[in-house]
Amino acid sequence: MNWEVVIGLEVHLQLATESKIFSGAATRFGAEPNTQACAVDLAMPGMLPVLNEQAVRYAVMFGLGIGAEIGLRSVFDRKNYFYPDLPKGYQISQFQEPIVGRGHFDIQLEDGSVRRIGITRAHLEEDAGKSLHEDFHNQTGIDLNRAGTPLLEIVSEPDLRSAEEAVAYLKTLHSLVTSLGISDGNMAEGSMRCDINLSLRPAGSEALGTRAEIKNVNSFRFVEKAIHHEIERQADILEAGGQVVQETRLYDAERDETRSMRSKEVANDYRYFPEPDLLPVVIEQSWVDSIRASLPELPAAKRERFIADYGLSAYDASVLAAERPLADFYEAVVKDCGDAKIAANWVQVELLGQLNRSDLALSQSPVDAQALAALLQRILDGSISGKIGKQVFEAMWAGEGDADSIIEARGLRQVSDSGALEAMVSEVIRANPEQVAQYLAADENRRKKLSGFFVGQIMKLSKGQANPQMVNDLLNQQLANAGGHGNT
Amino acid sequence: MHDLSVAELAHALRSREFTSTELTRHCLQRIRSLDSQYNSFITVDEAGALAAAASADARLAAGEQGPLLGIPLAHKDIFCTTGLRTSCGSKMLDNFVPPYDATVTRLLRDAGTVLLGKTNMDEFAMGSSSETSFYGNTRNPWDTARVPGGSSGGSAAAVAARLVPLATGTDTGGSIRQPAAFCGITGLKPTYGRVSRLGMVAYASSLDQGGPMARSAEDCALLLNAIAGLDPLDSTSSAHPVEDYTAQLRQPLTGLRIGLPREYFGEGLDTATGDRIHAALALLEQQGATLVDITLPHTGLSIPTYYIIAPAEASTNLSRYDGVRYGYRCEAPRDLHDLYTRSRQEGFGDEVKRRILVGTFALSAGYYDAYYRKAQQVRRLIRQDFLDAFASVDIIAGPTTPGPAFGLGTKTSDPLAMYLEDVYTLAVNLAGLPAMSVPAGLAAGLPVGLQLIGPHFDEARLLNVAHQLQQVSDWHRQTPGEASE
Repeated sequence: MNWEVVIGLEVHLQLATESKIFSGAATRFGAEPNTQACAVDLAMPGMLPVLNEQAVRYAVMFGLGIGAEIGLRSVFDRKNYFYPDLPKGYQISQFQEPIVGRGHFDIQLEDGSVRRIGITRAHLEEDAGKSLHEDFHNQTGIDLNRAGTPLLEIVSEPDLRSAEEAVAYLKTLHSLVTSLGISDGNMAEGSMRCDINLSLRPAGSEALGTRAEIKNVNSFRFVEKAIHHEIERQADILEAGGQVVQETRLYDAERDETRSMRSKEVANDYRYFPEPDLLPVVIEQSWVDSIRASLPELPAAKRERFIADYGLSAYDASVLAAERPLADFYEAVVKDCGDAKIAANWVQVELLGQLNRSDLALSQSPVDAQALAALLQRILDGSISGKIGKQVFEAMWAGEGDADSIIEARGLRQVSDSGALEAMVSEVIRANPEQVAQYLAADENRRKKLSGFFVGQIMKLSKGQANPQMVNDLLNQQLANAGGHGNT
Repeated sequence: MHDLSVAELAHALRSREFTSTELTRHCLQRIRSLDSQYNSFITVDEAGALAAAASADARLAAGEQGPLLGIPLAHKDIFCTTGLRTSCGSKMLDNFVPPYDATVTRLLRDAGTVLLGKTNMDEFAMGSSSETSFYGNTRNPWDTARVPGGSSGGSAAAVAARLVPLATGTDTGGSIRQPAAFCGITGLKPTYGRVSRLGMVAYASSLDQGGPMARSAEDCALLLNAIAGLDPLDSTSSAHPVEDYTAQLRQPLTGLRIGLPREYFGEGLDTATGDRIHAALALLEQQGATLVDITLPHTGLSIPTYYIIAPAEASTNLSRYDGVRYGYRCEAPRDLHDLYTRSRQEGFGDEVKRRILVGTFALSAGYYDAYYRKAQQVRRLIRQDFLDAFASVDIIAGPTTPGPAFGLGTKTSDPLAMYLEDVYTLAVNLAGLPAMSVPAGLAAGLPVGLQLIGPHFDEARLLNVAHQLQQVSDWHRQTPGEASE
């Protein structure tokens, strides 16, 4: 049977507010356990939530970024369940009236095709704390630092049809929220966590099959693997004539499999009802409009601008425009060196290559945009060749200084002195009479190939520093002269 | 000393007739010698009180003039007090010492009041008799075989027995007004949102409201002045401007239209109680008020509505008491589930468990629409009844309770009979209105309370009417005899 895969994603996105969604405690990642939890986060008796306006602003920014309806009136609800990392015994969330309604954004696939993915809704809620099962013999540690961190839960329509599309969706979403500056999108630190709803149906069928939900998949790669695994699992069941059970499954990255969570948790009745400690959130259209007016440029618009203003290919533009830090870096290099194409090339090939090899983030790059631009200027003004440029870049990466001081210290400046170059050309011609003779006897096509041999010898002699254009000119001149002599 | 009003005490303190320390010692002495009969206090903080009194004396000596500076008071044990156990009448919080003050506590501390201790109450404010407390029941100073009402019964009894001139209470369905009525004192439940709920242990968040309990309307006004107002840390507190609640006390009642809901004077009202209410209304009429018959047609629905909404909210408000972070934890839990179930089983009393179960049921999938949603719809109808009535009258008056204080233990085994005690008070909370109970004399030796209900944020008008009544009657000065001293 040919199965069609139907995937919807729920993404829990931590918003980059300074303080928590309902308290004044800080939200920094990695602090000592329970040092960023105040009386509200600990659910001490009599404590009350106060909504963080910045979280609402970020949610509205997201809504505007996906062309969604903004809920001018939204309501917080209590979602009730017992768990040690949920101090109140309920999570404050939004159930029936979310702040962000229906919206959409486009994803680009590797073959260049574009698909529009619907967003059902996005709502604000608070994160839970963490249960720490390691390091405690027969006990569980509770760290409430994360409790109350603002989350935006973003629910997609079941519009995705493959693991590739799901990953493209997540990357586009990541690019959107980091460009908006509403989240750091750091999946390794749990800033962006993904639940996958997946079902299969016979190709061409309209009705949806029974879905399974895979919880908390926390990297692009794991999303891809979990989906592949789950497709296989469900297809096996259906092809054997069985039925997929609607349930929640956990992805185990170590074993690369999904497995069923206890059914007890699946059967939770959350007893949602409006949170009586908070009034409905009523926002003015004028506030929404002012946020709209101050939105940063979004990745899709930036990509178009890079193509139009810098003459980049669609591919280069989509790589460079996807994440704001990289786009900002690229534009800073362009501004300083004045050449968009060489900048695009160097940022994508040399810079990203080095970052990948060193496993560093852009923000940790030892070479900043100004330093890279200064190097590119030396290539553009002919002081060094592109090849030498790569050597200089490596030295800069190793912390040996800026481009000019490395060129100076290593004596890498391109030799453009015609006297010196002429001497080197003469020396090579003198030392290789056989090749000269072959050259002179050859036709035009073969001469081009043979001249490469002489250029190579001259570059070797100059330790790579000869100006290639001048070498070519002088070589052609002297070879022509040599031929003249031979004839007289 | 203990017979003086707050205004008189403040005057005496300012004119150096006695010091706050002397006054405080006097009150502590009375508590020590008398409270064993009433059990109105859960915790008495002698050292803290004397330190606060010394500090108030220093401020008085420096010429400071706050209206509550140096005045002793007691908090219902539902208001968090830094460094002083806040039990909420429950075993669950028997070991709980908050590291923070409730906003009400903080404001009164700043005003220079002297906190004597924390008063007894129904467990988590769930009850109408102060019999569900982990610390034993409180007894009515008028007749120690009877209940003081609840849930703020400790505060009511302490004020009535003149152990303390002022106390705080909270009112979710009548918990200030009903004990005020039973103990013959004056109590005010402010408009929902008038007084911050921060640090006040939650029972039913959309109904809970803290307020003053004292011997007179004027004393209530002085306390309300100190605690009313917007609190940025309580999102449900109101930005409605705060008045000086003493400013209108002396206004004449000429032209005042008082609505008498026929539903409050029908079947179920004890005859002697009804007579006292009519006598009080006659006094108001003599002062120029007009009595107008009105109807609040949905009154009968307030008991079922309240007993869905309040338990629903309570069922989740009390989820935090899980034995994990603070409060009671069972011995040697086998696993997490055992920790939860036994801590809650052993830490909560029967009435609290009953309401958690009822509330959990009302919110459950499949029942939500029939119970919780329907109750919210009826709640809007009840509120609309009052808004319609206030189109033609200035305030509404009637009995606070169907009858006087009942005997200890007479209703504890019949929850429904107990819930019926709240028939006249619940609707006010559902509508979010301000209301008072004012002494209206004795029926068979037991106090009767006149209830006054006002439009939203019209506390000043209620206090004005109550004060005017207290200018022409001495019911609020009647005190229970002291059986032994």
